[in-house]
Amino acid sequence: MEDVIVIGGGVVGCLTLRFLASYRLKVRLIEKQYDLASGATMANSAIVHAGYDPEPGSEKARFNVEGNRLYPALSRELDFLYQPTPSLVAAFGEEQEETLRKLLERGRENGVEGLSIRRGAELSGIEPLLSDRVTSALYAPTAGITEPWGVAIAACENAMDNGALLNLGEEVTGLSRLPDGILVVTDRGEYKARAVVNAAGVWSDKIHDMLLPHAFTIKPRLGQYYLLDRRAGDMVKNTLFACPTKEGKGVLLSPSVHGKLLIGPDAKEVPDRELTPTDAEGLRFVREAAARFLRVPLPMNLTIRTYAGIRPTPDTGDFIVGRSDVPGFYQAAGIESPGLASAPAIARELAQEIARDLGAEKRDDFDPFRRKQIRLNRMSEEEKRDLISRDSRYAVIVCKCEKVSEAEIVDAIHRNAGARSVKGVKKRVGAGFGRCQAGFCQPVVVSILSRELGIPKDQVLYDGPGSEILKGKVK
Amino acid sequence: MRTEPDLIVIGGGSAGMAAALEAKKQGVDRILILETDPYLGGVLRQCIHTGFGLHTFGEDLAGPEYAARFIRQVEEAGIEVLLSTPVLEVGSDLTVRAMSREKGYLELHPKAVVAATGCRERSAGTIAIPGTRPAGVLTAGTAQRYLNIEGYHAGKRVVILGSGDIGLIMARRLTLEGAKVLLVAELMPKSGGLKRNIVQCLEDFDIPLLLSTTVVEIHGKERVEGVSLAPVDENLTPILEKKWRVDCDTLLLSVGLVPETELFQAAGAPVERNNGLRVDDRLMTGIPGLFACGNAVKVHDLVDNVTLQGVKAGGFAAAFIKGE
Repeated sequence: MEDVIVIGGGVVGCLTLRFLASYRLKVRLIEKQYDLASGATMANSAIVHAGYDPEPGSEKARFNVEGNRLYPALSRELDFLYQPTPSLVAAFGEEQEETLRKLLERGRENGVEGLSIRRGAELSGIEPLLSDRVTSALYAPTAGITEPWGVAIAACENAMDNGALLNLGEEVTGLSRLPDGILVVTDRGEYKARAVVNAAGVWSDKIHDMLLPHAFTIKPRLGQYYLLDRRAGDMVKNTLFACPTKEGKGVLLSPSVHGKLLIGPDAKEVPDRELTPTDAEGLRFVREAAARFLRVPLPMNLTIRTYAGIRPTPDTGDFIVGRSDVPGFYQAAGIESPGLASAPAIARELAQEIARDLGAEKRDDFDPFRRKQIRLNRMSEEEKRDLISRDSRYAVIVCKCEKVSEAEIVDAIHRNAGARSVKGVKKRVGAGFGRCQAGFCQPVVVSILSRELGIPKDQVLYDGPGSEILKGKVK
Repeated sequence: MRTEPDLIVIGGGSAGMAAALEAKKQGVDRILILETDPYLGGVLRQCIHTGFGLHTFGEDLAGPEYAARFIRQVEEAGIEVLLSTPVLEVGSDLTVRAMSREKGYLELHPKAVVAATGCRERSAGTIAIPGTRPAGVLTAGTAQRYLNIEGYHAGKRVVILGSGDIGLIMARRLTLEGAKVLLVAELMPKSGGLKRNIVQCLEDFDIPLLLSTTVVEIHGKERVEGVSLAPVDENLTPILEKKWRVDCDTLLLSVGLVPETELFQAAGAPVERNNGLRVDDRLMTGIPGLFACGNAVKVHDLVDNVTLQGVKAGGFAAAFIKGE
């Protein structure tokens, strides 16, 4: 018998697992995909929103503002990438300034600190390349940017360091009530648990309906992005939004924690919950919508990748979080934007609630700190000098574009919740994330994975099962 | 290193080796080649086809043979080489920071630097092909490395986008190793590849070359299952009404090469539109004492021309060091 099973290894599930691991509870996470952070967490705008956008009184508003406040400390404990980066919501002309005032009002009601409306010359001080057509903007200094998959992986690793269990590539196929808990049936076996958390992202309605009458439907939406190389990375200092519409927050322009420039997304309802294709029309929309923000053209020739991400948009308009009508069955469903910002607060509250319901106390031997990840490309000259003199393996560079060393890759493979695929390596250390898009380093990463996992090269996966990169030896 | 080098050559491929050898010939004694990879010769190592050296040696050599001749000369000339030594930073004052497993962290102050960092391939990301992002989409050069160095197939049913020379060479190479190359699609109305490659690599193997055609969508979740192709109009816009699907397990890209110059751009060296370093008639970049040659300036069709430019850059760098 487990105490708690968390279904779903995205940012919400992993953080929930991590907060649960701080109690005297036996916890396990079950994820259908081959790696963590393979759904909505993998491809989104990576913004830790300030919290002026959600309707006051909504779950979104509460969790967003609380979650935002948790990020700085959490990023130190879990050692994931996080960078305070203010948001600017731009008004193009007076008619949009009304919207800014509403957002300001709403933000203050939600408890967002430091909001103000800036105009004219003030704006060019905050954002030097901002277009003259932006007449005023809402300035939100508490916003930030992060690496969403990095948050999820770090949280799961830290939970596992504290004893949590992880089952990857295992799909929950059924749930049923037991006198003292819930039976979780998967494609590999059965588990009894006193409590189950539904953090299944785009599948959270299906998981919900395994035990409860249908209450909401996930209408997955797809958002497409451009990623521009480092030379465009410092074009903006803040995350730039247009005024939100019914369709969402619209196309944004944001620095990334990797020093690149992120442009997107569009929003399109799609039938498939896992396929994330881009399309020419959507990409053109993104390009055109982003072009208006700055007084200079966007250097689209510095594009290094385009991609699309899925959103678990619920038809209720708000997050579904907490206890349900089935004792022991907890929801963290429909966590669309601002889900990334909200995730720590959702996770912490759920863990508290579950611990209370199960009568579990805090552990006194819980270690909230994840072992530091060495990131050569973020070190100062002195730090590099010092590191290499202590451990020369860090001087062997595999990813030339992002300057990722072999030692970092080997470490990422052997940690808890470690990398098992080329994409897994990319998520954890950023190898292949740069301007050549792994053209140079992929063969080397394949060799390292083959060696460290003890498998032939042609069994090394790009991502999930069936994604072998190589098709057999040459005769 | 006991004394500071007078000349640092960044990149030990054909351009860098030629530059170092020429500078040595012209009397520069303390020369250091810094190479990121654990071997000299750059991309030539994986170019096992022939066609190299017709101008330089009057012989038809394979890539590794061509490289070997220069590697031998570098050894004979006693030019110091540090392999597996990526350069981290070049300052506008020519301070070079690098690191190697053997030598640790290096900070060097040469009198001149030659940028010979070659080029990289444009990726699927760069050209924003619509569709999914499965395994099986890779550049021709990466597939070449898998095949010729690692000894593995990257695919068995292959569509090639772009008719650059590496794509053409790989069409033949893959066919010879038993893969099926279904077609080569070229966006432009004519191929940018060498005529001899079109004849010897496509026509001789009955591989169709579809001009004014591009890939408009990639299909497949985990692995490529197919691609959709469409003809393009005179503005290079795909005519989607005429698109059709081809089942394949691999999409190989040969859609152009980009000079790899970001290291020097960070130092403030201006580049041309092609991302190649802007050089004057002495092959000096916008930074005094920083010279450039080979594919870091402009992508060359023939390695012989890369060598020639390397020789020139080495000569100019030597003159600069001697204060001429």
